[in-house]
Amino acid sequence: MNHNQPVYTDNDPQNELVTLNLGPTHPATHGVFQNVLQLDGERIVSGVSTIGYIHRAFEKIAEHRPFYQITPLTDRLNYCSSPINNMGWHMTVEKLLNITVPKRVDYLRIIVMELARISDHIICNTIIAQDTGATTTFLYLFQFREHIYEIYEEICGARLTTNIGRIGGFERDFNDIAFAKINKFLKEFPVALKEFESLLNRNRIFIDRTAGVACVTPEQALSYSWTGPLLRATGVDYDVRVSEPYCSYDEFDFEVPVGTSGDIYDRYLVRNEEMWQSVSLIQQAMDKLKNEPAGVFHADVPDFYLPAKEEVYNNMEALIYHFKIVMGEIDAPKAEVYHAVEGGNGELGFYLINDGGRTPYRLHFRRPSFINYSMYAKMSEGMLLSDAIINMSSMNIIAGELDA
Amino acid sequence: MAEVNNSSVIQLLADRFGAKVSGVNEPYGLLTVETTKDVIIDVLTFLKETEGTGFTFLTDITAVHYPETKHIAVVYHLHNMVNKIRIRVKVFIHEHTPAIPTATVLWNGANWMERETYDFFGVKFEGHPDLRRILNMDELNVHPMLKQYPLEDPNRVDKKDEYFGR
Repeated sequence: MNHNQPVYTDNDPQNELVTLNLGPTHPATHGVFQNVLQLDGERIVSGVSTIGYIHRAFEKIAEHRPFYQITPLTDRLNYCSSPINNMGWHMTVEKLLNITVPKRVDYLRIIVMELARISDHIICNTIIAQDTGATTTFLYLFQFREHIYEIYEEICGARLTTNIGRIGGFERDFNDIAFAKINKFLKEFPVALKEFESLLNRNRIFIDRTAGVACVTPEQALSYSWTGPLLRATGVDYDVRVSEPYCSYDEFDFEVPVGTSGDIYDRYLVRNEEMWQSVSLIQQAMDKLKNEPAGVFHADVPDFYLPAKEEVYNNMEALIYHFKIVMGEIDAPKAEVYHAVEGGNGELGFYLINDGGRTPYRLHFRRPSFINYSMYAKMSEGMLLSDAIINMSSMNIIAGELDA
Repeated sequence: MAEVNNSSVIQLLADRFGAKVSGVNEPYGLLTVETTKDVIIDVLTFLKETEGTGFTFLTDITAVHYPETKHIAVVYHLHNMVNKIRIRVKVFIHEHTPAIPTATVLWNGANWMERETYDFFGVKFEGHPDLRRILNMDELNVHPMLKQYPLEDPNRVDKKDEYFGR
């Protein structure tokens, strides 16, 4: 029997569909999304997604701001992994300005970005578990996100919206406490992750709720321009870190996990495996750092790298450079650049057109959440309402990135 | 299979479309070409389905407004994931008649990208199945990314310099 098209007799009072507004502020939608669903019992017949409830005109604001003042905007795209957005933006500007950063900066960036990826995947996977009723696992792994925030705090002073980078490197070097915290994390997190997996991977209820649900074929995923873990769960091994390596990712030894069926369970497994890979990447970066000269945390680009505040207060040259940078007196070249990084949800691209000044003529964010979510209403058709909820968790749509 | 690179793609495009594909450039290694709106779907189809090009993945669609020349550039980023090369295709359309055929006939993902471009720039994608605003409210009567619209409402009085002694 085809569940989508129930057969009713004439004048049957049940021959009506129920319209349900799932959202805009529904606890299960994890953000401000509205889906107007037509329900036949518990089954979704059709749906329309409405977005834009927290649209903040980032692209328009970016046209009026110098490069440094765009960093806080990128923080607020995917706020679950804001350092990746930050680094992606600064790397775009570095590409525009032809700046090469020291190796040590690359490794430090990899540490921060992989921590951010873990933090992002922790949220997604624990929330999938939470939506199937497994609150324990949610609380259990979530504390490691807190540990990651403590590392950020040590590096830059902020926790969620980090503003962690600078053009050419970092604002300051990682201190010993930060390295100690990273080492502690590397020691403790794998134990917890293993336990998390042992609680869920073979859990009958979890598998029943996720395996074979919301299957997506590679052709569908590619047609909808999916990237990231969602695309990889369908079996396509596309990862920007491998395809177009940045930050010396090509020197590292890691694998791109792929799924086979593209269902929710595969997405969960792919993200879990990516967390293992990220742990390995951080460990490798920590090892490589030992061979790099200490204290190097930015490239020597005084025209674009903001000098330290104490220098600005005490050193005339630093004050002049600070003034020139903040007032936008040194022009950037007239150029057009696209740079992509592997964000938590997929390819995060920055398309920057510069007309010779210090504010972009046009800046477009290619936001993976926005592009991935376009398939949600279509793929919910024929699905049970309860499955559509878990499907949304498994897509890891971040409202800030969706609406920008 | 022959190697696919920027020069081979340029050659294939020149053979197939001649002068209709122009402005070939490679800023930062990313192949960029310009074409016209009457052949854009043919160009995209050619890039997607021809063996020597293989740009099967649509990365992005967006637009840029150039008020000095009275043009809006619709920009497509395509990706050949196998050979790891990208191409940027631009179409300059006049700002008073901003219309271009839709790419949803080739990629489902183009749907929301084109809605966003319509919302921000007012570019009408002809044949789009559901061309509505996506991020801004339906009642908005401007397309806010066009350069003639300033960032803030000019009628606001609380930010006028005279109130601050400037």
